[in-house]
Amino acid sequence: MTTFLQARAALESAGREHVDKRMSAADAAALVVDGDHVAIGGTLYSRTPMAMLFELLRQHRQRLTLSRPLTCYEAELFFAAGAADKIVTSWVGIGLQWGLSPIVRHYVEHGLAEYEEWSHLGLGMGYKAGAMGVPFLPTLTMMGSDIAVQRKLVTLQCPYTGQSVLAIPAVIPDVAIIHAHRADKFGNIQIDGYAHMDIDIARAAKRVIVSTESIISPEQIVADPSSTVLPHFAVDAVVEIPFGAYPHECYGLYEADFEHFDDYVALVKSRGADGAREYVESNVFAHEDFAGFLAQVGEVRIEDQCRKARELTVQ
Amino acid sequence: MTATPTEIMTVTASRLLKDHKVVFAGVGIPLLASALAIRHQAPHLTIVLEGGIIGTALRAGHLPISTNEMRAAYGAAMLTDVTDIFLFAQRGYFAYGFLGAAQVDMYGNINTSFIGSPAAPKVRLPGSGGANDIISLCTEIFIVTTHEPRRFVEKVDFITSPGYLQGGDSRRRSGLAFGQIGKVVTDLAVLDFEPVSKRMRLRALQAGVTVSDVQQATGFSLLIHDDLEQVDPPTAEELAILRELNGVGQTTAVTVRS
Repeated sequence: MTTFLQARAALESAGREHVDKRMSAADAAALVVDGDHVAIGGTLYSRTPMAMLFELLRQHRQRLTLSRPLTCYEAELFFAAGAADKIVTSWVGIGLQWGLSPIVRHYVEHGLAEYEEWSHLGLGMGYKAGAMGVPFLPTLTMMGSDIAVQRKLVTLQCPYTGQSVLAIPAVIPDVAIIHAHRADKFGNIQIDGYAHMDIDIARAAKRVIVSTESIISPEQIVADPSSTVLPHFAVDAVVEIPFGAYPHECYGLYEADFEHFDDYVALVKSRGADGAREYVESNVFAHEDFAGFLAQVGEVRIEDQCRKARELTVQ
Repeated sequence: MTATPTEIMTVTASRLLKDHKVVFAGVGIPLLASALAIRHQAPHLTIVLEGGIIGTALRAGHLPISTNEMRAAYGAAMLTDVTDIFLFAQRGYFAYGFLGAAQVDMYGNINTSFIGSPAAPKVRLPGSGGANDIISLCTEIFIVTTHEPRRFVEKVDFITSPGYLQGGDSRRRSGLAFGQIGKVVTDLAVLDFEPVSKRMRLRALQAGVTVSDVQQATGFSLLIHDDLEQVDPPTAEELAILRELNGVGQTTAVTVRS
């Protein structure tokens, strides 16, 4: 567990240089080492940095802890592939219509993996405390619940009003991985639509990898500075990966591919963790990189997701 | 038009939402009921979703499966981040919090974490999501769920989302400064909470349902209001709006997790 002081000291001793941070997914994945706590941007099937997650699987990372506001089937892939043994989240599944996750159930109910549950805001305040450089933040949520008991959270009295508040400890991930719409080579990042918890996740973490739909010029960043959500000095790696969230959605660009989920769920419902490993074999290991996976999916199918996104965002 | 049990429950729940208020809706029936309310009695209702989405309009036939996706954001006035939306709730902007429940007990506590012992669960459920925060921070909470004994239990296996905890003033004593659990809406009845004990109480019956039907579908002894009311069945107009929202042949938003 990294303390807020250690996170601060790391920045003081090794601040990031204003340099070209573009690199391949394979090189960026080297910033993640076995046993790391990796915070994943996006929520559920929205703007998941899927290409970078596939790369971590391809490089056979082990014993990772994955944290995320709402966790989708990436947790199943990481459990089944032996890449992670713990998730920190408030919810796990794909969506109600796909039912409970059989893989997470298997791993957690048999004690093979740990699910550290938080409320949505509880985890959000943890990242925010990390992002703010303070050891904890007070909140009025989660009190009275068994989740707060499980997490051994402490109630404090406000020194001014006497009000009871819950102290949420800072969450400081080793690495944050987020997927953005645009970035320049220095790591100035722009995101469209809802930001999930990405900004706090990145600002809390010790190392930050950003995959991006496109690289734009520093001049284009300067032309629209109010769209910039992370400055270059908060980013270590910029990886250009078009459709890098597929089969999840990227706001305004492509909708989630629900049929891809249907096929995946059918596979794991019939074959369990073996099904998830088969999925990793044929969608990750079978390809040298994410572009190979996208080629397998095919342009027609991806263009269809783009058309759906346009219908939903152009009114 | 004959209404299905799910439609009856959805329409009943939607009628609780008054115009000009802000509702923090969970996905599924709560969102569907909120969308119906906007198109019926509450045109100025603002729907807020945990994906950081404020004022969604929703597109009929394209209802979202998650509250963090483009379908959920359709027509929204503001898109912010997840933590921020809950901080709006903590500040007190949201009159209603609207939730489903896998398991609810006599004090309105919700369990969406474990069936069986948390140490050795029979089933690991998906978890709180935003439900814990919605029930902790919004002003009045509505819970909508199918009425079955396995869902209505005397004591939940795990309090994921706190209702009135152990009853009486235990919610306030726990430090939760805000919020009351207003109503529980099911396909059989509308329930509220007796003001002092905070125990669940039968308030109104759906059409054709008896007190005995409700009691049999409830895993604990219900209090019964002295002035028991009848819920009016869904009108043709309400049903027509609901079915248009769902889209012909689409079941996405009304699928109840089993």
